Amino acid sequence: MIFGIVLAGGVGSRMNTTANMPKQFLPLGDKPIVMQTLDKFVTCDRFDAVYIGTHPDWVDHMAELVETHIVSDIPITVVAGGSDRNATLFNVIAKIEEDHGEDENHIIVTHDAVRPFVTLRMINENIDAAQKYGAVDTVVPATDTIVRSLDGEFIESIPDRSKLYQGQTPQSFNMNLLKKLFAELTEEEKAVLTDACKICALRGAKVRLVEGSAQNIKITTVGDYKIAQAMLGGIIVD
Amino acid sequence: MINHVYQLVSPKLFSVEFKELNTAEKVLVRPTYLAVCHADQRYFQGKRDISVLRKKLPMALIHEACGRVVSDPTGTYKRGQKVVMIPNVPGNDDSMIFENYSEGAGFLSSGMDGFTREFVDLAPDRVVAYDGIDERVAAVTEFISVAVHSSTRFDIVAHSRRDIIAVWGDGSLAYVLASVLVKRFPGSKIVVVGMDPSKLSLFSFVHAAYHKDSLPEGFRCDHAFECCGGEGSFYAIDDIIRYIRPQGSVMLMGVSENRVAVNTRDVLEKGLTLVGSSRSGRDDFVRAVELMKDKRLQSRLRLIITEDAPVRSIPDISRVMINDMTNPFKTVFRWEL
Repeated sequence: MIFGIVLAGGVGSRMNTTANMPKQFLPLGDKPIVMQTLDKFVTCDRFDAVYIGTHPDWVDHMAELVETHIVSDIPITVVAGGSDRNATLFNVIAKIEEDHGEDENHIIVTHDAVRPFVTLRMINENIDAAQKYGAVDTVVPATDTIVRSLDGEFIESIPDRSKLYQGQTPQSFNMNLLKKLFAELTEEEKAVLTDACKICALRGAKVRLVEGSAQNIKITTVGDYKIAQAMLGGIIVD
Repeated sequence: MINHVYQLVSPKLFSVEFKELNTAEKVLVRPTYLAVCHADQRYFQGKRDISVLRKKLPMALIHEACGRVVSDPTGTYKRGQKVVMIPNVPGNDDSMIFENYSEGAGFLSSGMDGFTREFVDLAPDRVVAYDGIDERVAAVTEFISVAVHSSTRFDIVAHSRRDIIAVWGDGSLAYVLASVLVKRFPGSKIVVVGMDPSKLSLFSFVHAAYHKDSLPEGFRCDHAFECCGGEGSFYAIDDIIRYIRPQGSVMLMGVSENRVAVNTRDVLEKGLTLVGSSRSGRDDFVRAVELMKDKRLQSRLRLIITEDAPVRSIPDISRVMINDMTNPFKTVFRWEL
């Protein structure tokens, strides 16, 4: 079976939002950012179910938003997240297994709630590649020169830009493979995980690249939010 | 939902525009196969008048497409159902006038965004379900419906002596129209008059296909369809007026950017009826889908359809348009963007 997972566990610490509202709940167009993202996910008829991992304090709010904004015959379930991104992801995986059982062919397509400009093309290519290769990352070629510094004061090296990409989401996996690789990590390795693809990279598992797009932005700062509103041609809310 | 709309912003340059979709009363369709029309090429190559380009661009091109239903809150269509999309937007309701000519009518890809979009939202009556038709063939349904519309108008207007119906032109429109006429008027001899021997050789299903300079001695037709357009319009219309019998009907279908001189003296002397026929409406689409269920017609249409590689990026759209410039017939492509 194929499952969509929208990760919305963040609390928006980089945004000065009203009442500490996590950024994924800010309005974009006529609905919250996370609902724009979810709306795109449910257009993919290859999903058997879609799960949203969210901060425990916001589970009821998220469920109410789904009820208000999303019309779909794909089942949507809100799951309480954990202490970090991967903990949230594994809470959702546990819920999927509770609902649908374990199966070596289960595919999960994980995505940031705050990337509402994802396209159906990216979702479909993630599913195809995950079925074939087991692990997938969505990327765009790096356009800025990346410099490496060990002390934050001087350049240590400048990697060849033609071999560098910027990671986006979706990231997709054979669910059993991801679980197995995660179980093999040491606590030190788990502590430095920034995303799920790193679980695979740390254990040398091949991760297939799928082309993202420059427009598939992650709304993390007030500046990003203004850009997203401008992209949609709406009124910019300060 | 945030929709990605891929627009031509100036000749040969595409970009993406984001538009929010509210699909409360609309059928949401994911396009699967699209087909290129000459009208798209005129925009892409900047062959329209500069004032027209300034007024209509940026705009998504392509008005021939099939797709699958993503959602339909009206309950008319099922999720995943195969459909063709109607680009005509009806204007004022007027029972005397076909919907494609009504005042206030619009057309997607002519002043309104065409089908190069991630999703297309349409009223339920702008969608026609189909089954049993290859998607590559279903993509050109709009083109077939234009031929159906013209043949319907012909049937209404033309007198009943229809022994020989001639089609001037040897391109895609002439081919499709001749295919429709053969099916709809089995008692008539359908004759094609063209100028490219290799193209004319494809018209194996008609009574005869002649080079315009090698028409048989004494050749006459009862009625005629002009399917040339452009610079060829003048010569085709002139020939038609010369070879058509008195009181024949002339269906004009080719689009020309420039004014075309017409030999009105002979039009008057022969008492001819000149009928302009353009685009199509829902009834024509429904009839086209019915006709296309015929496997023989499908295999005939496949002969003029070339499939380009799938479109997965904005540069891919330009690639298809450029490849189509050297394709004498129809280009279709899978839409994966």
